[in-house]
Amino acid sequence: MKPKHQRLILAILALAALIGAGLLAASALREEASYFYTPATLANADVEPGKAIRLGGMVQKGSVRRDADGITVHFIVQDRDATQAVVYKGITPDLFVEGSGVVADGRMDAKGVFVADSLLAKHDENYVPRELKDIDMSTAEHSKDTLAE
Amino acid sequence: MHRFANPARFLGIAKPLTPLLLWPGILLVLGACWWGLTQVPAERLQGHSVKIMFVHVPAAWLGMGGWTGLAIASIVQLVWKHPLAGVSARAIAVPGALFAALCLITGSIWGRPTWGTWWVWDGRLTSMLILFFLYLGYIALANASSEKGSVSRTAAVFGIIGAVNIPIINRSVVWWESQHQKASITLGGSSIDSAYLWPLFASALGFTLIFGAVVLMRMRAQLAEIRIEARMRRMAED
Repeated sequence: MKPKHQRLILAILALAALIGAGLLAASALREEASYFYTPATLANADVEPGKAIRLGGMVQKGSVRRDADGITVHFIVQDRDATQAVVYKGITPDLFVEGSGVVADGRMDAKGVFVADSLLAKHDENYVPRELKDIDMSTAEHSKDTLAE
Repeated sequence: MHRFANPARFLGIAKPLTPLLLWPGILLVLGACWWGLTQVPAERLQGHSVKIMFVHVPAAWLGMGGWTGLAIASIVQLVWKHPLAGVSARAIAVPGALFAALCLITGSIWGRPTWGTWWVWDGRLTSMLILFFLYLGYIALANASSEKGSVSRTAAVFGIIGAVNIPIINRSVVWWESQHQKASITLGGSSIDSAYLWPLFASALGFTLIFGAVVLMRMRAQLAEIRIEARMRRMAED
């Protein structure tokens, strides 16, 4: 065998081992490296009340309700399998709309409601011009204007 | 492959090719950014901040594509000992790092109005930051080799190891729940409206041409450095 072939085999083996190790490490991190719980993973996670966690998902359509004080907002975060009630006191981000994504920092209270300290909007991978939003029904048809009503 | 091993032959091609890549690239980027800023409609949720896409996405692609090229060149350097492989890997590193940084900076600026934060430590952002640090590490290693111009085997091995991060960046939004949204453009199609897609492609092509031109320029500069060094060594020996 020529030295060149030896080096080639060595390089291929090393690369395969490296990528294998990387994939193994990544799959082992699958739960730990997730940035937030979804309502479904939270329901199975057995997180004690008061522990700081992050919750992410879709804001359920029709669930946003604002208190008379003007800054407390109640809403429901959902994923495909579960829902979670959330309460937040503060200014919501511009992109916080029903049917769109949200990531909340906070903790569970004793009654099973998620009390959020901060909200981040999470947008999906769809990019649709504003004037087409009513035509394209496959994506969230809400705009900022619906919240202003 | 060894047809281009002769640096003189490579220089004969690289020199006229550089402006042929550079100027169309600059024109395409300027045109795409002008079109993107003035002619593209506001996005349904994000409004006008969507337009930073035309810089952010090409920068992300080139940051990742750059390391892929660097890793391939490192394999060629170690296995075939091609004389231009190390030179090209080293030439890729600086523009690669630049585009990775540009991706992080524009992403941060984009995140503030859309997500409500400059930075979060989710899988995508963290792995992209690691890519930037890998570039810095490679540049430091390549510059540390005793002879200017040539690249040490340590740097080449580092280039190959760092390639593990590329599929991790790509898969980060699939494996882990993340603040960053999933890929819009996949093998199955695109979920970006054509109003944004065409300027995005034009801008990506333009930035890629500029990237190629910068790599050729840096390779030529390094080959010149090697020649100077060889000549000085000969003079010192006389």
